[in-house]
Amino acid sequence: MAALDSDSDEDLVSYGTGLEPLEEGERPKKPIPLQDQTVRDEKGRYKRFHGAFSGGFSAGYFNTVGSKEGWTPSSFVSSRQNRADKSVLGPEDFMDEEDLSEFGIAPKSIVTTDDFASKTKDRIREKARQLAAATAPIPGATLLDDLITPAKLSVGFELLRKMGWKEGQGIGPRVKRRPRRQKPDPGVKIYGCALPPGGSEGSEDEDDDYLPENVTFAPKDVTPVDFTPKDNVHGLAYKGLDPHQALFGTSGEHFNLFSGGPEETGDLLGDIGVNKGRKLGISGQAFGVGALEEEDDDIYATETLSKYDTVLKDEEPGDGLYGWTAPRQYKSQKESEKDLCYVGKILDGFSLASKPLSSKKIYPPPELPRDYRPVHYFRPVVAATSENSHLLQVLSESAGKPTNDPGTRSRHQLNACKRGELLGETPIQGAPTSVLEFLSQKDKERLKEVKQATDLKAAQLRARSLAQSASGSRPQPLSPDVGHCSWHMALSGGMASTRTSNFKPFAKDPEKQKRYEEFLANMKRGQKDALERCLDPGMTEWERGRERDEFARAALLYASSHSTLSSRFTHAQEEDDSEQVEVPRDQENDVSDKQSAVKMKMFGKLTRDTFEWHPDKLLCKRFNVPDPYPDSTLVGLPRVKRDKYSVFSFLTIPETASSPVTQASSEKVAQHRASDKSRKPSRWDTSKEEKKEDSISEFLSLARSKVGPAKPEPSPLVNKEEARATESVSNKVVNKDVDSQTEGEGSRPSMDLFKAIFASSSDEKSSSSEDEQGDSEDDQEGTREADFKSSQETDLVEASSVAQASEPAPQEPAPFFPIQKMQIDEREAFGPRLPPVFCPNARQKLEAPLKEKHKKNKEKHKTKKEHRRKKEKKKKHRKHKHKGKQKNKKSEKSSSSESTDSSDSQSEEGPTDLSPQELLRRLKRLPLRRQ
Amino acid sequence: GRRPSNPPWYSPVDGNYCLTCGSDKTLKLWNPLRGTLLRTYSGHGYEVLDAAGSFDNSSLCSGGGDKAVVLWDVASGQVVRKFRGHAGKVNTVQFNEEATVILSGSIDSTIRCWDCRSRKPEPVQTLDEARDGISSVKVSDHEVLAGSVDGRVRRYDLRMGQLFSDYVGSPITCICFSRDGQCTLVSSLDSTLRLLDKDTGELLGEYTGHKNKEYKLDCCLSERDTHVVSCSEDGKVFFWDLVEGALALALPVGPGVVQSLTYHPTEPCLLTAMGGSIQCWREETYEAEGAPG
Repeated sequence: MAALDSDSDEDLVSYGTGLEPLEEGERPKKPIPLQDQTVRDEKGRYKRFHGAFSGGFSAGYFNTVGSKEGWTPSSFVSSRQNRADKSVLGPEDFMDEEDLSEFGIAPKSIVTTDDFASKTKDRIREKARQLAAATAPIPGATLLDDLITPAKLSVGFELLRKMGWKEGQGIGPRVKRRPRRQKPDPGVKIYGCALPPGGSEGSEDEDDDYLPENVTFAPKDVTPVDFTPKDNVHGLAYKGLDPHQALFGTSGEHFNLFSGGPEETGDLLGDIGVNKGRKLGISGQAFGVGALEEEDDDIYATETLSKYDTVLKDEEPGDGLYGWTAPRQYKSQKESEKDLCYVGKILDGFSLASKPLSSKKIYPPPELPRDYRPVHYFRPVVAATSENSHLLQVLSESAGKPTNDPGTRSRHQLNACKRGELLGETPIQGAPTSVLEFLSQKDKERLKEVKQATDLKAAQLRARSLAQSASGSRPQPLSPDVGHCSWHMALSGGMASTRTSNFKPFAKDPEKQKRYEEFLANMKRGQKDALERCLDPGMTEWERGRERDEFARAALLYASSHSTLSSRFTHAQEEDDSEQVEVPRDQENDVSDKQSAVKMKMFGKLTRDTFEWHPDKLLCKRFNVPDPYPDSTLVGLPRVKRDKYSVFSFLTIPETASSPVTQASSEKVAQHRASDKSRKPSRWDTSKEEKKEDSISEFLSLARSKVGPAKPEPSPLVNKEEARATESVSNKVVNKDVDSQTEGEGSRPSMDLFKAIFASSSDEKSSSSEDEQGDSEDDQEGTREADFKSSQETDLVEASSVAQASEPAPQEPAPFFPIQKMQIDEREAFGPRLPPVFCPNARQKLEAPLKEKHKKNKEKHKTKKEHRRKKEKKKKHRKHKHKGKQKNKKSEKSSSSESTDSSDSQSEEGPTDLSPQELLRRLKRLPLRRQ
Repeated sequence: GRRPSNPPWYSPVDGNYCLTCGSDKTLKLWNPLRGTLLRTYSGHGYEVLDAAGSFDNSSLCSGGGDKAVVLWDVASGQVVRKFRGHAGKVNTVQFNEEATVILSGSIDSTIRCWDCRSRKPEPVQTLDEARDGISSVKVSDHEVLAGSVDGRVRRYDLRMGQLFSDYVGSPITCICFSRDGQCTLVSSLDSTLRLLDKDTGELLGEYTGHKNKEYKLDCCLSERDTHVVSCSEDGKVFFWDLVEGALALALPVGPGVVQSLTYHPTEPCLLTAMGGSIQCWREETYEAEGAPG
C-alpha cells in the first residue's frame, strides 16, 4: 500500500498548500473569525488604517503614527556641522517602500494607464481630442499622444468587432436610409431657429447620391459629448487666440462670419482639417463669450474699417442703429436683430421684446460733508443759571473752549434752540425737552388748570411776601423770585425752551417746589430766615414745621449735587417711564360673561379666548415644530406698555370707539348698542328664569343654538375695552413690538355690513338667510355679531314661536330653510335640558323607561348604530376639514333627512323627554354644520 | 403617612411598567402585572406629586413639594438633573414627545419648559398666563394643554403660535387629550367632567355622577376612547360611555378617596391608587391584583 501510495504521489500534481494533517482526537480548527483576521505586510507587521489625514496604511515608522511612540525620526543630523551637504528631503524620503511599489501611492515602475488604453482608432475620441488640441495653447500637442499609442483594445471593442462592428459606425441594427429629399446647398445658409430636418447631417451627405435598394447602413455614430474638463482659468468657452486660425487661418476681406453658424456646429469636430483655404494670421477675442451665446460672432475679433459702411444707404434699417454699422447686420436683418438683443435661445412662445427695458434712474446718495462723523454724542447742556455758572465755566474749559458770550460762541456750542434764536426763528412750540409733550391733551388741560391755580397762589404768595418785606422794612431783592416765577410761567406754557438743569425734589407738587426754590435762593443770599419766609403763611404750624424739615433735608441732599448730577445726564431718547408697566396686550376678558355662558353650557366661542402666542425658538426646535413666527423675537404673549395709574385702566364705562365711520353710522351704531345694552341684562335674567319655566328655556335654548354656531360675540364690552386699550396706548408710548393688529380689530366694520344685517330683519325667512350668511362668513368680525345678536334674538322669538306652533309643518316645502330649522332644533342638545338626563338622581328614574324604550323599538338601536358610524365619519370629516364645502352640504342634506326622522321620533315621544341617544345624536351632528 | 398618590405613568410603549410616587419622597417603578417592585428612585426632598416617563422608557421626570423637577435615569436610578426655578410645589410634570423637554406645572401658576438637552439651568420658556396654580399639564406632539385652578384650560399650539384659553369655571383638576387628539377631557371641582372639542372649544359631552369637590383627582379615557374614566371621592371609579354620556359602571375600589388612575395604553387595564396601594383592574378574566404600596 505504501509503495502504491508513493507511486501515486509521484504522479500527482498538487496545487496550493495542503491542510495540516489532523492529529488523533484533535478537533478541526475553527476558521478564524472575521474580526480576528488581520492584514499584514511582507514584513509581518500589521497593516492598519490610520485614516486619510494621518497617513493611510502603515503610516509612520513601523506603524507608529497614532501610537505611543509617534514618529520616530530616522536620525538627527546637526545642520550646523554639515550645513553644506544638507540635502533637501523630498516626499519620497518619508515614504515606505510599499508606497513606491506597484500598488502604492507613488509607483516607480511604468504602468499603462487608462489614458493609453484602446485609443487607437476611436474616431470619436480622436475628434474630441482634435478639438481639444485645437484649443490648446500649443497646437498639435496631441500629436505625441497619437504616436505613442499602446496596441491595446478594450474588451468591449473586441467583442463589438467580433459582432461585426466597424469603427466609425454606430451601434444598433442596420437601417435603410431614405433618400434625401432636399439636399441643402452648402453655399446657401439657412438662418433662423428652426432647422430643416436632417440639415445637421451635412457631413455625411457626400456619398448619398447613389442608393441601391438592398443596401443597408449602419446607424450613424453618435458624436460624444465633449467631456474634456476645463483646466484653464479663462471664462467659459473663451478660446483665447485661436492657434488654428493662426496656422491655417483666414483673413482677407473679413473671414466668413457665419462659418460657425448654428447649423454647422455638428461639423465643427469633423472639418477642422478641411478648411485649409484660409490664410495665416492671428485673430483672437478680446473677451469671452457669454454662456448663453451659442456661437461667438467675433464681435470684437477683427475690426477693420472695411467692415463699416461709409455711405448712407437708402435701405437704412428702421431700428435707428445708425451708429452701429457693422455690415453683417445689413446682410441678414433677421439674424442681426436677434443677435443684437439676445444671442441665446429664445424659448417657445416667447418673442424678443421690441422695446429695450428702460434703465432705472439711479439717484446717487447725497454727498456727505468731508468731516462728517456718523456718531452722535450728547453734549452736556448746562443752563447758565446763577448757581452753576462756575460749573459751566469748568465744563467749557475742560472742553478746551473759552467761555464767551453766546454771540461769539462757535456753532457747535450752541444748541438747536439757541441757533434758532440767532437765526431769528420763533421757538418751536412744545420743544422736545418738555415732558409735557408726551402728555395727552386732557392731561395737559388738567395740568394747566393746576398750574393756573398755583400761579394764582404764587402771585398771592409774592404779594404777601412783598407785604411782609415792606412791613419788615427789610430790603429784599426780588429778582430771583421773579426769575423763578418767569421760569415757571415758561413751563406752564408748555415750552421750557431752555433746559433747566435744576434738580427738583418736589416736582410733583409745583407749589411746594416753588417754595423750595425760593428757599434755596434765599439761602444763597445768606438770609437766615430763608426758611420762614418762603413758607406759605396760609399753612398750619404743623405743616410748616414739616415742610421746614423737608426743605432743610432736601437742601442738604440735593444742593450740593444737583448741578453736577444734572450735568452728567442727558435726557433719554425715549421716555423713561417708571409710570408704565408691561401688560399683556390681550387679556383674558371678563369672566362674568363666561360664567353665564358656562352656566348655560354654551361652551365654544363664548368661553374661548384666542391669543397670539410666541413659543420660544428653542422650544419649537425641541418639539420639532417650525417656528410659527420666525421673524419675531417675542416670547410668550405680545405685551404692551400701559400706564400703571392711568385713568383708563380704572375706567369701566367704555368710550365710544373712535373709528373712521361716518357720523350717521356711528349714531346708528350707538343706537344699536343702546338697544343691545338694554336687552342684555334681560337676556341673562331670562337665563335664570329658564330653569323654572320649560317653555321659555325651550326657545331660549333655541336662541342660543342659533347664536352659538354663529360668531361668539366677544361681547361689546370687551371690544370696547380693546378699543380703549389701543386708544390709551396710542396716547402713550407704544411698544414697538406691538403689532398693529389690535388696532385693526378694534375698528368697526363698514356701514354696509350693518345695513345688510339690519335692513330687513322683520320676517322669518330673511332671518334664517341671515343666519346662513353669518355661517358662511368668517369668524372675523366679532363686533358685528355682537350687534347682530340683538336683532337675531327678536327674530328668534318669532321664529321659535312659529316653529313651536307648527312643529311638523316645515317638512318639504322650501328646500333649505327647513333644514336650517331642524338643525336649530337639534342644537337644543346644548341646552340645559341635558343635565337632567345625566343627573344621577334623575337618571334612576329615567333609566328604567329608557330601557323599556330600547326594547320597544329596536329601530332606535339601529339608528344609534348608524350613529356610531356617523361619528366615525364625522371624525374623518374633521380630519379633512379643509375639504370643500360641497361635502359639507351633502352631509348637511343627509343630516337633514335624518333630522326629519328624528323629529318624527321626537314627536312620538313628545318634546319634553328626549332620550340620551337622541340628544347625543344631535350633539354629534353639531360640529358638522360648522365645518 | 405614606401616600403613593399616583400611578402617574403607565409606560406608553408596552404598559409593562408603572410608576408611583408619593409622600415618602420616592418614586417607585413597578411591574403592574405581577406587582413586583422594580426600582426605587429617591432624591426628592419632599413628597413627590407627579412623575412621568419618556417615550423610550429610558428616563423619568418627577416634581414635588421641594419645587424641583428631577430628571432620572431609569436604569441607574440616578438623578440626572434637577431643575429649580418654580416658586411653589410642582403639581405636574410631563415629557414632550421626544423627551427633550420637561414641562412642569406648579402652584406658582407657571408652566416651565425645561430643556433636557442643554445644561442650561433656566427654563426654555415660562408659560405664565395662568392666573392660578397649574393642576395638570399634557403634551402632544405640538401642543401643551394645561388646566389651571383659575378655571381655564389653556392650549398652547406651538405650530400655530396661538394660545387657546377655554373657560370652564370651576377649578380644573385634570385634563387629558383623547387618543385621537380631537377632544380634551376636563375634570373640574364641580364634580363634572367635560369633553370639549379641541379646535372650537365646544362642549361635546358632560359626565356627572361622581364626587369631586376637594381633591385633585385624575380622569382619563379608556384605551380606545370608548369610555371616560374618573376617580371619585366616594371610593369609586366611574365609567361613562363617551358617546352617550351615560354612566356605564361605578367600580367600587375602597373606602377612601380614589386619588389617581391611569389607563393602560392599549389594553383594557386600569390602575387605581387609593391610600397606600395601587390596584390593577382588568377584565373579568383577570383578577384584581393588589400591589403593596
